[in-house]
Amino acid sequence: MKDAVLIITAVVLTLAAAGAIVRIAVGPSLLDRVLASDVLLGIVGAALAIDMAVNRHLNNLFLLVALTLIGFIGSVTVARFVSDRRGQANDS
Amino acid sequence: MTPEAGGVDAVIDAVTAVFLVLGALMSLTATIGLLRFPDLMSRMHAATKPQVLGLFLLLAAIGLQMRQWWVWPVLVVAWIFQLLTVPVSAHMVGRAGYRTKHLHPELLSVDELEAVVRRSAAEQEGTGTGPASTAGSAEDPELDDVLGLGEAGDGALRGAAGQNLDDRGDGRGDQGEGKG
Repeated sequence: MKDAVLIITAVVLTLAAAGAIVRIAVGPSLLDRVLASDVLLGIVGAALAIDMAVNRHLNNLFLLVALTLIGFIGSVTVARFVSDRRGQANDS
Repeated sequence: MTPEAGGVDAVIDAVTAVFLVLGALMSLTATIGLLRFPDLMSRMHAATKPQVLGLFLLLAAIGLQMRQWWVWPVLVVAWIFQLLTVPVSAHMVGRAGYRTKHLHPELLSVDELEAVVRRSAAEQEGTGTGPASTAGSAEDPELDDVLGLGEAGDGALRGAAGQNLDDRGDGRGDQGEGKG
């Protein structure tokens, strides 16, 4: 069961990360990319957590705590300074 | 996970496996939402699923597997920090998205900010000497945009109203003028 769970979650997370990277690449706006990179960060955290749960170790636990604590700073910073006046309305 | 467990261990392992797969599926759900939803606001809705519910399931799986009492407070702290910080970033991204008009107004069922912005713009026109004295047109527009994003409450509303007045030339501005 351990191997089955590992394979299933690895496939699912790989697909999810690929989709998030596609959204980062195609945009079309800066805020979409920020949002997609937030999701990508969540996927990395999920991979860390799954590794810890399946292999029964706690090496990454405090990395995970730090991610949840400061992971929002990047998107807040970008959203704070975004000013896109060249694009037209509804260009989402 | 133990390979050949029996009794309680087997049950706990099964629950853990379900939690892990569900938590991973949350990430996939968010990605499908990111790829298929039409605008920024609905994509934000999809993006919060792995950040809150998915993380909760995965942390619960860690706690079930480790069986050490001191792990649980750390996991709770991690989840609470996530609950506290996700709304902050969602608020900032959502407000920046509204102000830079990354939304489809026809897809919104309720736009509570539009009435506030229009009322604030009307007040400014009434008290000021005219549209020329409103925020945004008197100063550097880019600077006003950046400043308005960072200020809370009244300043933000004034900044939004200034942007609305600024962009009177396009469709949304015309609509607001006609209704007001």
